[in-house]
Amino acid sequence: MDFIFQNILNALQWGSFYALIALGYTLVYGVLRLINFAHGDIFMVGAYISFFLASFLLGPLVGLSPAMVFLITVPLTMLLTSCVGVTLERIAYRPLRRKGAHRLYVVITALMCGLILEYSNLAVLGASRLKFPELIEKQIWDVGGVSITNLKVLVIAAAIVVFLFLQWVVTRTRVGMAMRAISYDKFAIPLMGIPMDNIIVVTFVLGSGFAGLAGLLFAMSYPVLEPFMGMLIGWKAFIAAVVGGIGDIKGAFVGGFLLGFIEVGVVSVFPSSYRDLFAFTILLLILWMKPTGLFGMPQSTKI
Amino acid sequence: MVLFAVGLLVAAHYRFIDSYIQIVAMTIGINIIMSTSLNLVNGNMGEFTCGHAGFMCVGAYISSILSVACFGSKFGDPLLPASSVLFVFPIILLIGGAVAAVSSLLVSVPSFKTRDDYLAIISIAVNYMILSALENMDFIGGSRGFQGMKDTVWAMVDIFDGPWMLFWVILFTALTVWIIRRFISSTYGKGVNAICQDEVAAEIMSVNTNKIKIINFMIAAGLAGCAGGLYAHIIGYVNPQSFNILKSTEALVMVYLGGMGSLSGAVISAIIFTGLLEVLRSQALIDGLLSPITMMFPDWEPSAGVIKWVMIPLLLVIVMQFRPEGIMGNRELSDVFPWLKKFYRFK
Repeated sequence: MDFIFQNILNALQWGSFYALIALGYTLVYGVLRLINFAHGDIFMVGAYISFFLASFLLGPLVGLSPAMVFLITVPLTMLLTSCVGVTLERIAYRPLRRKGAHRLYVVITALMCGLILEYSNLAVLGASRLKFPELIEKQIWDVGGVSITNLKVLVIAAAIVVFLFLQWVVTRTRVGMAMRAISYDKFAIPLMGIPMDNIIVVTFVLGSGFAGLAGLLFAMSYPVLEPFMGMLIGWKAFIAAVVGGIGDIKGAFVGGFLLGFIEVGVVSVFPSSYRDLFAFTILLLILWMKPTGLFGMPQSTKI
Repeated sequence: MVLFAVGLLVAAHYRFIDSYIQIVAMTIGINIIMSTSLNLVNGNMGEFTCGHAGFMCVGAYISSILSVACFGSKFGDPLLPASSVLFVFPIILLIGGAVAAVSSLLVSVPSFKTRDDYLAIISIAVNYMILSALENMDFIGGSRGFQGMKDTVWAMVDIFDGPWMLFWVILFTALTVWIIRRFISSTYGKGVNAICQDEVAAEIMSVNTNKIKIINFMIAAGLAGCAGGLYAHIIGYVNPQSFNILKSTEALVMVYLGGMGSLSGAVISAIIFTGLLEVLRSQALIDGLLSPITMMFPDWEPSAGVIKWVMIPLLLVIVMQFRPEGIMGNRELSDVFPWLKKFYRFK
């Protein structure tokens, strides 16, 4: 029994990371119908930014206490990471969108931007792995044989709060209404006096900011940083977003946790090298049964 | 073209060009096969699949296992005499391609119902599944990789001392381009283009979309499987991780750089892309290019292998900004230079 609860807790934590990244994918996709393949690398950049911020603030120049550093690092990381996301949008995606390029060329550009981020990081900082400093003192509570650390609770809570926040933004605010409108009809929106570019920038700010938050939390939970950490987790989060039904906030959240549960469940029973095989087979079967994902709406096309 | 190929072979035979240039030429050939076959799915049919390297992996493993079983000594005695290698080797490659074609059913059957981005996911998932399945098979080395294919190549060299692998690569590249050209200009090819334009309308116009999708995916994956078999025999070692998503990305880049649905564009972009990869490998060139920056930061030592992967995506992003439809767009070489129509016709 303890074994099961412990694994459920691990799955919740692991799924939270997927959910946080998948939310960013799905936001950008829902508005622009663009698969932002650089998103996993924005997550990586977020982890590095938080590392440098934390080391700077803990260092001899400033010398704050770890708890204070944590409180300052979270908003700063989110801000700086969203700057990276918006820069990518300004430099690479917007000119292509203006020229009316085919959707897939923008996707390829996004892939290339991801590669640039990864390898320029490798070139500038070198291949040595970095160790993230411990910001929150680790507390382990033992509840009926199940060990719960405060970090795990923090991560899971962060994922749920972010989900509720994004759901509120998209369904209840004026910006969210504009986002939904853009995804509904891109050509009528400028006629209605809605500043399309500003709304898209807001989307990128939200998506990249929460990728930065995910990077910070990931670096705190698994304190080793390397340039390629975002690649695999980014692809998998994208798959999770699609299985949930891409473009739908709830779908990304559920898909992320589903992938987390499948992976941890497989690892706890089989050898860990079977993880990808089982996870992807199950996801393939889900997509086979429901081709538009769990919460996606089938699109009707006019001829 | 024929003269050029024969000239390359003769030059390689009499050691006018060293083995480095031969390897580069073979890599270009393999990349041409990869990009033209992916172009069949992503360009002509207008789907977005990004798991092409998975089929290459299937072809590479199947043909390596067969070739080691037939001519190597790893699984016990060789099954076939070494003198038959010249006839058996292309058959081995084709069997590898056939198995890869069958494995493409994993993508093509879901594609009856799913479209664009969902299909992209299915193909990525299939790519991961193939790699993960191979990593868990211990009798072919698992994640440590599999080797022993060089025995077959040496058996060929024993019969006649020449650049055999270069010959096979050139042959299969020419075969691929020929097959794809014939396929696209056939009735089936018109059906493929019709699916790209509008799938529902194509179905109303009595195009059997499911059948055409299966055939198209099978041809593309089969050719990728042949490319994988050639790759395995050139390197002499295969490892599941050398066919990961990065390899698929390379194929995608070649297709979109050349222009969607343009066969000659895919060939040209494969040559340019592979050439760039090789040119930027030189440390001296990178040092020269970056000398102003290294002057300012003397303790920063960039390595060419890393800088290469910053500069190539950067170049591609810039190309995309100025020419968002790829090098050739939707046109063929003979549309751009009409005098070429004297030599070959297309469509």
